Amino acid sequence: MGRYLLRRLLQLVPVFIGTTFLIYWLVWSVPGDPFAGKCGDRGCPPNYRAMMTEKYHLDDSIWVQYASYMKNLFQGDFGITFGGREISDIIATSYPNTLKLAVVALAIEAIIGLGAGVLTGLRRNGFLDNLVLISTLFLIALPVFVIGFVLQWLLGVKWGIITPTVSNEMRFSELIVPGFVLGSASMAYIARVARTSIAENRRADFVRTAIAKGLPMRRVVGVHLLRNSLIPVVTLLGTDLGALMGGAIITEGIFGINGIGRQVLRAIVTKESATVVGIVVVLVLVYLVMNLLVDLLYAALDPRIRYE
Amino acid sequence: MSDPSTASIVSTPPATMPTEAGSGAPTNAGLPENAKKQKPRGLLGDAWRDLRRKPLFWISATFILLFVVMAAFPSLFTSGDAVNGALGRSRVEPSSSAWFGYDVQGRDVYARVIYGARASIVVALLSTILTLLFGGAMGIIAGYRGGWVDAVLSRIADIFFGLPFVLGAIVILTTFNGSGTDNGEWTIMGLVILSLTVLSWPVVMRLMRSSVLATKEADYIVAARALGAGTGRIILKHLLPNCLAPLLVYGTIMVGSFIGAEATLSFLGIGLKSPVVSWGIMISEAQNYIRVSPFLLFFPSAFLVIAVLSFVMLGEAVREALDPKLR
Amino acid sequence: MSEQSAPGADGSGRPSGRLLEVDGLRVEFRTRDGVAKVINGVTYHVDAGETLAVLGESGSGKSVTAQTIMGILDTPPGFVTAGQVRFHGKDMLKMSPEQRRRIRGEGIAMIFQDSLSALNPVFTVGFQIAEQFRIRRGMSRSDAKKRAIEMLDQVKIPNAKGRYSNYPHQFSGGMRQRAMIAMSLALDPEVLIADEPTTALDVTVQAQIMDLLGELQRERQMGMILITHDLGVVADVADRIAVMYAGRIVEEADVYDLYAKPAHPYTLGLLNSIPRMDEKGQELRTIKGLPPNLMNIPPGCAFNPRCPMAQPVCREKVPPLLQLGRGRASACHFAEELVNRD
Repeated sequence: MGRYLLRRLLQLVPVFIGTTFLIYWLVWSVPGDPFAGKCGDRGCPPNYRAMMTEKYHLDDSIWVQYASYMKNLFQGDFGITFGGREISDIIATSYPNTLKLAVVALAIEAIIGLGAGVLTGLRRNGFLDNLVLISTLFLIALPVFVIGFVLQWLLGVKWGIITPTVSNEMRFSELIVPGFVLGSASMAYIARVARTSIAENRRADFVRTAIAKGLPMRRVVGVHLLRNSLIPVVTLLGTDLGALMGGAIITEGIFGINGIGRQVLRAIVTKESATVVGIVVVLVLVYLVMNLLVDLLYAALDPRIRYE
Repeated sequence: MSDPSTASIVSTPPATMPTEAGSGAPTNAGLPENAKKQKPRGLLGDAWRDLRRKPLFWISATFILLFVVMAAFPSLFTSGDAVNGALGRSRVEPSSSAWFGYDVQGRDVYARVIYGARASIVVALLSTILTLLFGGAMGIIAGYRGGWVDAVLSRIADIFFGLPFVLGAIVILTTFNGSGTDNGEWTIMGLVILSLTVLSWPVVMRLMRSSVLATKEADYIVAARALGAGTGRIILKHLLPNCLAPLLVYGTIMVGSFIGAEATLSFLGIGLKSPVVSWGIMISEAQNYIRVSPFLLFFPSAFLVIAVLSFVMLGEAVREALDPKLR
Repeated sequence: MSEQSAPGADGSGRPSGRLLEVDGLRVEFRTRDGVAKVINGVTYHVDAGETLAVLGESGSGKSVTAQTIMGILDTPPGFVTAGQVRFHGKDMLKMSPEQRRRIRGEGIAMIFQDSLSALNPVFTVGFQIAEQFRIRRGMSRSDAKKRAIEMLDQVKIPNAKGRYSNYPHQFSGGMRQRAMIAMSLALDPEVLIADEPTTALDVTVQAQIMDLLGELQRERQMGMILITHDLGVVADVADRIAVMYAGRIVEEADVYDLYAKPAHPYTLGLLNSIPRMDEKGQELRTIKGLPPNLMNIPPGCAFNPRCPMAQPVCREKVPPLLQLGRGRASACHFAEELVNRD
C-alpha cells in the first residue's frame, strides 16, 4: 500500500506541472504583451512596468517565469494583481463560498441521486423507474445554464419561492437551488450508476445466500446489497467534488455567488493573469488530491483490490 | 441511414454479397446494411433488430434528421431574415405573423432559431469527428504499443483531463479569441471546435485504450499475429471493428453534449459571436430580459434542449441495443 | 396432481409426519421467448437423519426445486403453478414471508455450489457467520464471534481464530466451501440442502468435503438433500436417490437397488456412461441426444426421443411414477421388465 501511494504521488507530479504550466503559458505568454489593456488607454507607467516585470520575471523565458512562480507559490505567495491586491486574499475570500456550494451540491446529488438509484434498482421497469430514467436523461442532456435559468425564472421570478440570487451570507437555504443546478448532471449519473449496480447485484449469489440465511429483508438490502453496490457510487461522488468546484463558474454567475468561478471569470476578462493561474492551480490540486483519495477509498471499500 | 432498401437501389443485394464480404471494409458502413447482408446475424444485426422496436430510437432519429435538414437548408423552414431586424418591433410577443415573436433588435426569433441550428450542429459534428479521430488514434497507439509510449501518452491525457472543462475552454478561448481580437466567423468556429477537441480527447483515448488492451491479447489477434499479419492490418481488420461499438455510442452522445457546450461558451460570450446566429448567442442575449420577455429565452432553449436530448437519447438507445446484458 | 406420488406420501396433501416433503410441485419460467416448464410435478421427501440424493443433468430442475424449497426462486421469471412444499406437515408456499424467513437457516439451510460468488466479497467470512448469531439469536458481538470461531473449528478449518477475519477471496476453494458449510450449519438446521457442493472443487478436495458433510449429517441427525449430477459422489453418502429428468422424478430407490437394478432406462444410461477400469480401451457409452427443450417437451415420456427401449406408447402416454415395492418407484412404462431382467 505504501509503495502504491508513493507511486501514485509521483505520477501526480508531472500531471500537476503539466496542467499548471499549460495554463501559465496560455495566460501569460500567448497574448503577447502582458501589459496590453491593463492600465487604460495611455498604457502603464514605466516604473510600474519595471516593478511588475521584476516581480513576475517577465523578461526571462517562460520556463524561468514558471519556475519562480511555482517556487513562490509553495511558499504561500500567490503574487499580487496588477491593482496591487494579494491574490491569496482573493482566493481566501472566494474559495470557501465555492467549497460551500460544491458541498451542498454534493450532498444533494448524493441524497437524491442515491435515493432514486436505489429505489429504481430494486424495482425495475415500474412507473418510478421510467420517471427516473427520463428525468435523468433530461438532467444529463441539459446544459447547466439552461437548468439554472429555468429554475431561477420559475422558482425565483415567477413563483417567488426563492430569492433569485444568493446573498453574501450564503445561507444554506439559499444554496439549495444553486446546489441542485450545479450537481444536476452528476446527480443523474449517480442515480444511473446506483440503479445499474443495485439491479446487477440484486440477482447476485451472495444476496441469495443472505436471504437463505434467513436474514430480514431490511438487512439483506441494507447491508449485503447496498454495501456492494455503493462502491462505484462512492468513487463517483469522490471524484465529483473536484469537478464541481471547477464547474461552478456558470452556476455562480447565474445566482450571483462570489466564488472562485466568478473571480476567475472576472480575472480573465480584466486580464489578471496571475489570478487566473493561482485559482487554476488550487482547483487542479483539489481535483488531483480527490482522485488520489478516491483510489485509496476504493481499496478500503473493496477488499479484493490489492495494489502493488 | 434510415432504410435498408437504400442498399438495393445501387445493386441487387445477393449478387454483391461475395465481393462485399471479401473487401474487408470496416463494418462502420451503417447498421441497416449489415443487418440485411450478414447471414449469421452478428452483434450489429441483433442490435439493429432491437433498435427497430424502440420508439425512442425513431423519435430521436426523426428529430436528428430534422435538425440536419434545418442546418443544411434553413430556407426550407423559413423565409424570414435571421440577421437584420427592425427596432420598431423590438420584443414583440409571438403572434400568427411571427410565431416566436421578435427579439430586442426586432429580429424574427423563429428565423433565428432555424438558422441557429447550422452553427450548433456544424460545431458539434466537427468537434466530435476530430475528437474521435485524435483521441481514437492516441488510444490505439497507447494501447497497442504499451510501455513508455503508453505511459507518456496517458500522462499527457491526464494533464488535459485535469483541466476543468468550462474553465479550460474559457482560458483557451479568451487567449485566442479575447475581446481585443477580431477573428472572422470561420476562425472563431475553428477555435471553438479546437478547444472542445483539446479538452475532450482524453476520454476517447481512455475508452479506446482499454478497448484495445482488452482485445489485444485475445486469441484470434494472437493467432493473426502468429500468421504474420502486420501491425497496420491487425489494427484495421481486427482491433478497430471490435472497439467500434463503444466509440459509436460515445460519439453519438458526444454530439449532444457538444451542442450544449457550444451554447454554453457562446452564452459566456467567448464562443461564437454575433452576427453569427446560434442558440447559445440567442440565450445569452435573452438573459437580461428574462423578467419581461421570457419567450426570448424559451424558444432557443427549447430547440437546444430537443437537439441535445435527441442525440443523447439516440446514443442511449444504441448503447442498450449493443449491450446484451441489458436486454 | 395426477402423477402418483413417491413412497410414503399419500398424495392427498394432508400431513404425514414427514420432516420435509415436496408434493406435486410445478414451476415454470416465463421469459420473453416463451414459457419453460422447468418442474413438472416433482414429489420427494426427506426425513431426519437420512440423506436423499437428487441426481440429474443440468436443466433437469433439481436446483430449481431446491430454490423453491428455500423460497429463493427468482420471481419473475420463475412461478410456482401447483404443488406443495411441506415442512413438518405445513405448506410453506402458503406461509407469510416472515414465517418462511424464520424457517430459513434454522429449519432448512442451504449450501451453494460456487462458494466464491455465494459469499459476500466485501465482508469477512467470520462476519458472515457471526451475523446469523447476532441477528437471529440476538447475541452480542463478542459471543457471536466466539460461536462463529467454534463453527469454523467444527468444519476443520485450521487456525479458525485467525481465519475469522479473512475475506472469502483469501480462502482456497476447499476451505471456502468448508466456511460455507459452517455458515449453513450455524443455526443448527433440521434439513440441509447441498446444491452441488463439490462441483467447483478439485477431485481430491471433493472427497474431503463429502466426507465432512456426511460426518456432520450423521452427528447432527439432519435430513440432507444432496443435489448432484455426479453418480460417483452419491454412492458413499446417500441413503436414497431420486433421479430427475426434464423436471420430473423418473426413478427413486435405495442406493443399493438403484446401482444393482435401475428401473428406468435413463438411470441405466447414466450408470453405463460412468467410465470403468475393467472396460479400458472400449468406447465410452453415452446417452445419445440432448435433454429436451423445456419450452417444448415432447409428448408422452419426455425421455422417449433418447430412449433405446422406446415403444409407440412412450410417445403417447406420460408414464406415472409407480411403486415397485421395497420403497422404490419408477416412471417408465416398462419398469417391471427392466427390474425383472436376467
